[in-house]
Amino acid sequence: MILSIAEALRKAINEEMKRDENVFNIGEDIGIEGGFGGAFTVTLGLEKNFRDRMIDTPISEIGIFGAACGAAIMGMRPIADVQYGDFLLCAMDQIVNQIAKLRYMSGGKLKVPVVMRAPVGVTGRGSQHAQNLEPYFINCPGIKIVAPSTAYDAYGLLKAAVRDDDPVLIFEHKLLYGSKGMRKEEGAIDASSDIPDDDYTISIGKAVTRKKGKDATIVAHLLMVHHSLLAAKMLEEEGISCDVIDLRSLWPLDIDQIVDSVKKTGRLFIVEESPKQGGIGAEVMAQVASIIPDYLISPIIRIAAPNTPAPFSPIMEKFYIPQPERITEEVKKTFEEY
Amino acid sequence: MKYKDEIKKLGRKRLLDFYRKMVRIRNFEERIRFLFLEGKMPGTIHQYIGMEACAVGVCSALERDDVIASTHRPHGHAIARGLTFNELMAELYGKATGCCKGKGGSMHVGNLEKGMLPAIAIVGGNLPIVTGMGLAFKLKKQKRVAISFFGDGASNEGSFHESLNMASVYNVPAIYVCENNLYGASTNIGKMLRIENIADRAQSYGMEGIIADGMDVIDVYINAKKVIDKARRGNGPTLLELKTFRYCGHSRRDPCNYIPKEEKESWGKKDPIKKLKKILLKEKITTASELEDIVTDIEKRLDDAIKFAHESPDPKQEDTFKDLYLSMEVPR
Repeated sequence: MILSIAEALRKAINEEMKRDENVFNIGEDIGIEGGFGGAFTVTLGLEKNFRDRMIDTPISEIGIFGAACGAAIMGMRPIADVQYGDFLLCAMDQIVNQIAKLRYMSGGKLKVPVVMRAPVGVTGRGSQHAQNLEPYFINCPGIKIVAPSTAYDAYGLLKAAVRDDDPVLIFEHKLLYGSKGMRKEEGAIDASSDIPDDDYTISIGKAVTRKKGKDATIVAHLLMVHHSLLAAKMLEEEGISCDVIDLRSLWPLDIDQIVDSVKKTGRLFIVEESPKQGGIGAEVMAQVASIIPDYLISPIIRIAAPNTPAPFSPIMEKFYIPQPERITEEVKKTFEEY
Repeated sequence: MKYKDEIKKLGRKRLLDFYRKMVRIRNFEERIRFLFLEGKMPGTIHQYIGMEACAVGVCSALERDDVIASTHRPHGHAIARGLTFNELMAELYGKATGCCKGKGGSMHVGNLEKGMLPAIAIVGGNLPIVTGMGLAFKLKKQKRVAISFFGDGASNEGSFHESLNMASVYNVPAIYVCENNLYGASTNIGKMLRIENIADRAQSYGMEGIIADGMDVIDVYINAKKVIDKARRGNGPTLLELKTFRYCGHSRRDPCNYIPKEEKESWGKKDPIKKLKKILLKEKITTASELEDIVTDIEKRLDDAIKFAHESPDPKQEDTFKDLYLSMEVPR
C-alpha cells in the first residue's frame, strides 16, 4: 500500500497500540475530536480506537515530557508528541537531565523507554517554528536519535523506537510528511513508499545507501537526502558518480557504512539543514577523518545552513537551505581543486 | 494533649518506628557531616537535619508498591523509604556497592526496587515525572500512589505549574509534598512569594491543598495518610504543604548567616525528634532506656555502614561505559 510518512507513522502507531496496551500517545491536539491529529495529522483519528490512550495535554511541554518519563519508568511505552521540534527546548530539562540520564544515574536499575516525536525543517515559518534541532541532541548521551526520509523507514523506525528499551527521539520533516488537505505543506516533497502488509522494523543505528557511486560520498538525512539525490543526478551528468548515504540514525551513527564508502571514493560531503556550527557534519567528519585520514583525496566538506537562525523571507530561506544546485556546486568545486 | 486518641490508634510499634526512623536520619546526617568536614567524603551534601518528621511521616503512610521522588536533599527520604545505611553510605563514597553503583552520588540516591526513584537534583524536576508515574498507575488501573517531595523554592518553577495542572486534569494518584523550610538556598521564601501558604496555590488547579506541621511526625503522618488514601481510592491528587525548617546549611560549609538568630532559636525549640520523645515518655509508651537502646543500635549500624563503605570496592574506570543504554553499548 502506498502511504505518505504521516500515514505510515499513523499505521505504525495504530498497530503498536494494538500490539501492546502499554503504548500510549501524549501531546497537544493529538486526539481531539474534530481536531487535526497533531500539528501534521499523524495521529488523526486514533482516538476513535484508543480514547484512553490518546492523552491530550495542556500546552505544557515540561509536563508532557516529564509525564512520559515517569510513565515509562513505571512500565508504560509513551509516545510523546511535540507540535514543532522547536518546542523541545521548553522541555529540555526533562529530556536531557531526566529522560536521558535516569537509567545511568540509577546504576542501570531502571529503564526509560520513551519515544519522542518532533517535526523539524525550515519551512516558511521563520526562526521559532522552522529549525533543525538535531545537533543539540547529538551531544546528549542516553538517547537514540532517528530521522526517517521515507515512509518505509518512518514505519519501521517508529516501530523499532516503540519496542526499544531506551529513549528514542524521532525527527520528522515537515516537508516530507505528505500531510493532506488544510495541513498540506507548501514545497512538500513526495516521500511516500509502498508499505508491505507484514509488520517490520528497521534497526536503529543502520544507515542506508540510497544511490551507489564511486567518485564521492554524500551523507545526509531527512529532506537533505532528497536534495542530495537530486544533486547526485546532476553530478552524474557531469561524470561524477556519488554514493548517497541516508543516515536514518543520527545516534548511534553508522560510521562503518560511511567509512566503507569513503574508503572507496576518498571524498566526503555532509549535507545538513541546520547551522554548520557544531553540527552533524562536524561529528561525522571528525570521526571519519580520525579513522581513515589516509584515504582522503580532498578535504571533507560540510554543506549546511549558515550560522544564523532561519530567516523568514522566501528569498533568504531558499538561500539558507542547502539546495541541490548548491550541493552540486560544492562537490564540483572540490573536484576542480583536488 | 493534641493527639491523645490518635496516639492510641497509632500504637506503640508505629510510634517507635517513627522515632527510630527519625533518629536514623538525624544521626546519619550528623555522621556524614563529620566525615565531610574531615575531608573523608567526596562531592557535596545537602542535609535534612530538622526536617525528619516530613519524610518519616509521609513515607510511613505509603504501601510497598508506592513510589517517591526526591530532590537534591534526598538522604532523609531515602532512609524513610527503607534504603539501607550500607547502600547509601557506599553511594556517598562513590563505591560500586552503592545504591546507584557509584554513578549517582549524594544528590541522586534512590532505589526503585524499594520504591524510590533516583533523586532528581534539578529544582522542580521531579514533579512532572511524578505526574507521569501517577498517570501510569491510572492507565494500568493499579492502586498505587506516586509522591513528589520538593521545597518551597520549587513551587516557583514552571514545572510546578505544569505538573499540578496536568495531575488535576487527569485526576492521577499523586501527592505533591512541599517541604516548606522557608529558605531556597539563602533566600527567604517570603521575599519570593506574595502569599503565605504554598498550599493555597492548589486552588488554581482545582486541587485540594492542605497544610501540616512539618515538625510533628504525627501530624504529618495523619494528614499524609488521609490524602494518600484519597488518591489511592481514585479521588485525585493533593498539594500537601509541610511547614518545616532545616537545622543545617543549604549545602556543606554553609553557616546560615542569612537566617536570623531568633528564627533559628524559635524553630530549634520545635525539634521533631525531641517532640516525639517527649510524647513517648509522657504517655508511658516507652522508657528512656529503650529509646537510648534505639540510638545505640543506630550508632552501631552507622559504624558498620561506614566500615562497609570503606571496605567496598571502587567502581572500575571502565564501568563509566555501563548502564547508559539497555539495548546497545555506548559508541566510543
